[in-house]
Amino acid sequence: MKGFCIEPSKRNPTDAIFHETVNAGDYWLHELKQGEVLRIVDLEGNQAVDTLFFNAADPHDRYSAVDTLRAQGNVYLTVGSKLLAQSGATLVEIVADTCGRHDTLGGACAAESNMIRYALDKRYMHSCRDSFLLALADSFFNKHDTSLSKRDIGHNVNFFMNVPVTPEGGLSFADGISEPGKYVEVQAAMDVIVLVSNCPQLNNPCNAYNPTPVAMLVWSH
Amino acid sequence: MSTHYQADLVRYRETLRGGMSWSMIVKRGHALRLTALADNANVALLAFNAQQPLDRYNMPDTLKAQHTFLLTQGHILYSDMGHALLSIIHDSVGWHDTVSGVSSRDIVETKYRVKEKYGDGSYQQLRNDWYRSGRELLLVELGKHGLGRRDLTANVNFFSKVGVDADGNMQYANDHSKAGDVIDLRADMDVLVVLATIQHVLDPYPHYSPVSVSAEIWECGIAGDDDICRLSRPENARGLEKTAHLFCQHSHDRSAI
Repeated sequence: MKGFCIEPSKRNPTDAIFHETVNAGDYWLHELKQGEVLRIVDLEGNQAVDTLFFNAADPHDRYSAVDTLRAQGNVYLTVGSKLLAQSGATLVEIVADTCGRHDTLGGACAAESNMIRYALDKRYMHSCRDSFLLALADSFFNKHDTSLSKRDIGHNVNFFMNVPVTPEGGLSFADGISEPGKYVEVQAAMDVIVLVSNCPQLNNPCNAYNPTPVAMLVWSH
Repeated sequence: MSTHYQADLVRYRETLRGGMSWSMIVKRGHALRLTALADNANVALLAFNAQQPLDRYNMPDTLKAQHTFLLTQGHILYSDMGHALLSIIHDSVGWHDTVSGVSSRDIVETKYRVKEKYGDGSYQQLRNDWYRSGRELLLVELGKHGLGRRDLTANVNFFSKVGVDADGNMQYANDHSKAGDVIDLRADMDVLVVLATIQHVLDPYPHYSPVSVSAEIWECGIAGDDDICRLSRPENARGLEKTAHLFCQHSHDRSAI
């Protein structure tokens, strides 16, 4: 497993069955059927896209960062990374990537963690966890006859986010390695629910202090 | 004010056999001391706010708040609600893992599956020496508190090290901890600790041989102004202050942070 890998996609945007722009600070919920491919495009560059995956048939079986990293033996995500559920089942696999490296150790920003990380008076600021909680109240879940709550918010993937880990045990949020137009594609290994928070964080360089829109494209295969 | 371990401050002591699960509510101002009783111990541990288990240990929040990939003395185990659950006030080891999860019977990497790695190890054959996995032990113990797989988040693996190279490749460190190694975890609120004394999932040793640990609850007091964790980083000063708010206490002059 390599920690950095560039592999462009051959998929043509004109063949996509779904195409939508998600503004900074918004959430996006979508069920991806087995075999379908989701491309997330960092339209303006250096935009963290906090993403949760759930097994659609058993949504309490959710994405697990530790099982994913241990199984691949590397702390970064890139082409070839299989994103695993807690049960060990593969949810999605990264099949194309023009950014090269993505994070899953940095978690999602939250009002409460912002208070610790930056200042106690930052509680009011919008965060990914607030977006996730709002999304879990979305009628999408009623339609799917599924009830999820804060209890089901596990660790997320941070697409396009750069969190270098050092042999000495350091970990930091660094300037992004993404650029305008870079993208990543995941292919669903089973029916999965994808929940994205297009990160609103203004306190660190994960969005270059300027949260921007991303595009979502889906292909049938 | 938080103090150092002394034998006369110990309020409870129990030996935790290798391969068992255990849970305890450690009250604010008390510490859980874990002492390895042989080399290569591993304690898979989860922590919850005892009053509200949705307020639970969060690996990413803990690592990013302290800009660290490892846990050692001076670090705090944070909940996802920005609360200090457990503060590492003393550590003889220097590196504890929190990114590798636990072993399980049906783990995706077949070579790490309990049966593949150690053999059958059934209860019928071995009685209470049967081969357990970290995941099943934690699920059993979580179940006693009405919790389950939805509450099984990334755990800490105390006494174990998994390092990385410059490319991010993970490497389990052999012979990392020794008999007698000790860690003191101060509860900064009433904390439900759920743990399993089980070999690290990446430990290549081919024989099932989980190490026993001694668990002691001792009265350490709450974090003072000169606390090692409070002073280690400004984030931790804020974290302990925010946690004190749960108790209508202000541990610090708020204007200072």
